[in-house]
Amino acid sequence: MFERKQFSTIAAVAAIAGLAAVAPAKAEDTVKVGLILPMTGGQASTGKQIENAIKLYMQQKGDTVAGKKIEIILKDDAAIPDKTKTAAQELIVNDKVNFIAGFGVTPAALAAAPLATQAKIPEVVMAAGTSIITERSPYIVRTSFTLAQSSTIIADWAVKNGIKKVATLTSDYAPGNDALNFFKQNFTAGGGEVVEEVKTPLANPDFAPFLQRMKDAKPDAIFVFVPAGQGGNFMKQYAERGLDKAGIKVIGPGDVTDDDLLNNMGDAVLGTVTAHLYSAAHPSQMNKDFVAAYKKAYGTRPGFMAVSGYDGIHLIYEALKKTGGDTDGTKLIEAMKGQKWESPRGPISIDPETRDIVQNIYIRKVEKVDGELYNVEFATFEAVKDLGKTKK
Amino acid sequence: MTASSDVGYHAQRQARWHYGEAAFWLVVLACGFLFPTRYLIMTDILRLALFAMSLDLILGYAGIVSLGHAAFFGVGAYAAGLLALHGIINEPVLALIAAGLAAMVLGFATSFLVIRGVDLTRLMVTLGIALLLEALAERFSNITGGTDGLQGIEMQPILGEIPFDMFGKAGFFYSLTVLFVLFLLARRIVHSPFGLSLRAIKNNPLRAAAIGIPVNRRLIAIYTLAAFYAGIAGALFTQTTAIASLDVFAFDRSADLMLVLVIGGTGYLYGGLIGAVIFRILQEVFSTITPQYWQFWIGLVLVVIVLVGRQRLLRWVLYVPNLVIKQVAGRKAVVAAPESDA
Repeated sequence: MFERKQFSTIAAVAAIAGLAAVAPAKAEDTVKVGLILPMTGGQASTGKQIENAIKLYMQQKGDTVAGKKIEIILKDDAAIPDKTKTAAQELIVNDKVNFIAGFGVTPAALAAAPLATQAKIPEVVMAAGTSIITERSPYIVRTSFTLAQSSTIIADWAVKNGIKKVATLTSDYAPGNDALNFFKQNFTAGGGEVVEEVKTPLANPDFAPFLQRMKDAKPDAIFVFVPAGQGGNFMKQYAERGLDKAGIKVIGPGDVTDDDLLNNMGDAVLGTVTAHLYSAAHPSQMNKDFVAAYKKAYGTRPGFMAVSGYDGIHLIYEALKKTGGDTDGTKLIEAMKGQKWESPRGPISIDPETRDIVQNIYIRKVEKVDGELYNVEFATFEAVKDLGKTKK
Repeated sequence: MTASSDVGYHAQRQARWHYGEAAFWLVVLACGFLFPTRYLIMTDILRLALFAMSLDLILGYAGIVSLGHAAFFGVGAYAAGLLALHGIINEPVLALIAAGLAAMVLGFATSFLVIRGVDLTRLMVTLGIALLLEALAERFSNITGGTDGLQGIEMQPILGEIPFDMFGKAGFFYSLTVLFVLFLLARRIVHSPFGLSLRAIKNNPLRAAAIGIPVNRRLIAIYTLAAFYAGIAGALFTQTTAIASLDVFAFDRSADLMLVLVIGGTGYLYGGLIGAVIFRILQEVFSTITPQYWQFWIGLVLVVIVLVGRQRLLRWVLYVPNLVIKQVAGRKAVVAAPESDA
């Protein structure tokens, strides 16, 4: 018995040594960016893309800005909000980061919001797309998109293009509900009818039974929102159930035809019409260079998450340039407001009032270009603000 | 010496406090002052330790295996979250107890299912209960917040005096106090005649019944108590992070707990505490080194631990300290591996 207690002491001493070993080192002339991304689990592809894009940007532009060296500290949260929160706290308290960035899903971004407010440091949201996020803290700025932006536009487009009856399939969490509500609002206002409404669980969804119901309801199209990464699985089951042959088209925000997975989805995806912020086929010179550089570095096509990460780190660089290297959080967030620049996705800016992104939304159709599947843009809605806020 | 006095002698000797134990708790307390920047991870370890102790109570003492202990953790977490969110019980300590009681009620209700089977059945039943609750929490997202979790929980000061701070200092000492109080209680219980009867049941339920121990009632009691402990751990989780999401019911959480006890050993209460420390620090070190592939290394370490065996591993680790002790004190090595089983 006595020996056991001795063992306890040894273990506790070992624990101290362990904690000391992981304690971080300090440096003065660096600006630290705490990057919290899902690197494992179902949303890992999002995290991977953003990390890649940031690395690429720093390779291209160098890792010093306004005399400061930029240091990225990456943490994995597996898209679980309490892990995000712990990671954010650790980054702020121990690593003394000047920015927190990333956030693969809405719950994660929301979980970190109170910390950004308390610590007065900017939170750069590079993926999560629910409207309310930027309202949760005056220190949040977003470089990705909101579901309201793309959902309302695809609804208007559907009404104008003879789609009358729509069934909806959306993931059951905040962004999915945003997508559904904004779509319904504009679609029914334009005279359309939603015949079937299905919400699928976020984790490990099986779409097959839902798709069967969709097929029976015989809509003109199905409106789909699933987080990027689940699109491939959805399309596979969509084709397996023969919905493509039944003439039921897929429309929705562009998450479902994310460039990351699009090329492997098979021909069932041809003709899918989506509204979104970015396509790897965007015909600007800047985008062509970006896609080429990304492909060269990582061997895959960049998706919209990669672009959001690329723009996110750009915004951080620009803010530091504007403050002349001053790392005061309040000054940085002020410097970010109203920034305007040309991104691979087209011209974008940060709304000075809502700190949310203003960008073009493109209507795209999946087509074969040189034997590969691409979202080909055919209509543009310019400088779209987040309607989730302008409505209020 | 008669047989009964012999048993009594050993039981009393075991129940006595030892220097090593006091040293253990002093070291834990000292950590709170030595590492003011690591409160969050240390709080996390304390929560896991309490949760592991809860499983140790049923696994190490009563021999009930469970793969669904997260069910009670989750109920405690959501109970604490809902109480704070809707302002029903604002004072954290009271809310903590209330949340523990909520988990306890569930524990009592499900204990009747658990005592019916043997090991494999129990694994399935406990796993099933946890999955059931997770599905329910997802279904009733208007109450639980679904995948988005309970957002906007604001914790009131502890006992109306000490507010939770961002650095997690209050949270750490709060969790440590709770863990210590519950540890004292658990220690008292396992060394009581009740605790001894549980060990008898673990060793041979049939024989225990034959000597007049009410096996089922004892199992129900300890299972209910363990549920209370797990509920408290869950409530601590919500109170110190101000968040509760579906993840609290996740299978990973129950499975991790088993791993913690595999590392630390069962049946001497400290197993959960030590296992939690080692497990979390391994996780932290690996995920700092490689945020993408840390799970691989954790898996590898666990396989090695199980293959090599904890006892042999400990003997290696303690080889140098023992050598030093031999040199200095000039006596046979006093530090050895615990003899308990996993």
